[in-house]
Amino acid sequence: MVCFARFARLVIGTGVLLLLICAASPSIAQQVNPTASSVKEQQLLQELNRVQGRVSIPDQRSGVLEQPAGREWREFRNVTLHWIGGVAILGMLAALIIFYLTRGMVRLQSGRSGRTLVRFSSFERFVHWMTATCFIVLALSGLNVTFGRTLLLPLMGHEAFSEWSQWAKYAHNYLSFPFTIGVVLIFLMWLAGNIPNKVDAAWLKRGGGIVGHDHPPAYRFNAGQKAIYWIVVIGGGLVAATGYELMFPFYLSGIEGMQLAQVVHATVAMLFMAVMLAHIYIGTIGMEGAFEAMGSGTVDVNWAKEHHSLWLEQENARTGANDARTQPTAAE
Amino acid sequence: MARMKFLCDADRCIECNACVTACKNEHEVPWGINRRRVVTINDGKPGERSVSMACMHCTDAPCAAVCPVNCIYTTADGVVLHSKDLCIGCGYCFYACPFGAPQYPKVGNFGSRGKMDKCTFCAGGPEADGSKAEYEKYGANRLAEGKLPLCAEMCSTKSLLAGDGEIIAQIYKERVMKRGYGSGAWGWKTAYRETIES
Repeated sequence: MVCFARFARLVIGTGVLLLLICAASPSIAQQVNPTASSVKEQQLLQELNRVQGRVSIPDQRSGVLEQPAGREWREFRNVTLHWIGGVAILGMLAALIIFYLTRGMVRLQSGRSGRTLVRFSSFERFVHWMTATCFIVLALSGLNVTFGRTLLLPLMGHEAFSEWSQWAKYAHNYLSFPFTIGVVLIFLMWLAGNIPNKVDAAWLKRGGGIVGHDHPPAYRFNAGQKAIYWIVVIGGGLVAATGYELMFPFYLSGIEGMQLAQVVHATVAMLFMAVMLAHIYIGTIGMEGAFEAMGSGTVDVNWAKEHHSLWLEQENARTGANDARTQPTAAE
Repeated sequence: MARMKFLCDADRCIECNACVTACKNEHEVPWGINRRRVVTINDGKPGERSVSMACMHCTDAPCAAVCPVNCIYTTADGVVLHSKDLCIGCGYCFYACPFGAPQYPKVGNFGSRGKMDKCTFCAGGPEADGSKAEYEKYGANRLAEGKLPLCAEMCSTKSLLAGDGEIIAQIYKERVMKRGYGSGAWGWKTAYRETIES
């Protein structure tokens, strides 16, 4: 009896165990899902807009596996920037042509006196023209990067266009150094004359010397020139800083930083070029007697009287001029 | 014509880096440049995955779209190649690429970043197939010899697949169906605007 009971217990126990194993095994197979806790690409992209990990090769920057942000940058570079550049530069050119046709060159109302005074020293003129020459080369080589493929490549063919673009790139990179030095020197040497003051508000209210038809008084630099000064200093500083970030990849930032730097660099540069077109216009065909200030460095006394009456007063006081004819009369 | 693609089955990749080494050796890739690399995500944590990544030869490739000298082109096989003779080393493709594929031999040397280098899907460049000039600039042209990219061909776990997109997608789908799981085709959505449903 005892023996049979023991046998029955064994059979039942084995049966139950087998049943348990049979019942358990499919559920074990279902539980094992090695991807249950695994990293998911779409989830990582949604969280960070990039997928990053560890690499065992020396180039640690290659640990960024995926960063679709380049798509937005592509849209900016291929579409938005073309519009910004096109509207700013062509718009400014059109505005200047219309302005010239309606207003013409702003003449010296009292004619030339025949007597001149020094406006810019040879050092100031050297800095101006060094910066200006660099700016023009930088602008053209920069425009080539944005518009060359559309405008020049079909005309020049692949080989010639690549050759030219290669040299343009070298010029763009190397001339950035004298340009930056120029911007720094401009900032330092003309800072004193370019702090905005009350005279500027009145000058602007009267439409300045070129939009309005009278001659509001101004010191050495009027409000318009001060605006150009600050655009050159701030705009030049921005293009220089972002340009160097692009020239030295990964020193300051990763790819996203460089994309942003290119956006700032190109946008500021396009607006900068538009403003400089206006600056060149006023300095040449827009105003009689203006170019010689940066050309020979001297201006006619009547020009100074009409456009920079307060500066002329200061100059006269400084040099102790007592000639009644050079006494400025505030233009009304 | 086939539409060539890469697919890395991250559930099979064991981060052996043999694809990286094979690529460097096959193409005599210059120092400092890795056309292919293996990235391990969540390294040492549960759910870690390794993905072998190179140029994905994107559909409507962003690098080609932004190149200022238009030196990047897509072949009839869907492989994205470029001309080192035309490249000016400006860096734009490398800002646009989602996979960090374009690299330059002299990065950081201002004004003279060399010619861009990237994975060619073992398909060389614009020079004559199998020519010495092609080999020196871009490495071997296995595709012209009827062979697939070496990285995938020698992958010991067959994690990395290279070839016609539809065929490798089918292989991956069958694997996922058989084993019951798959962490997806990494990079496909970004590169090809589609993914493999399984």
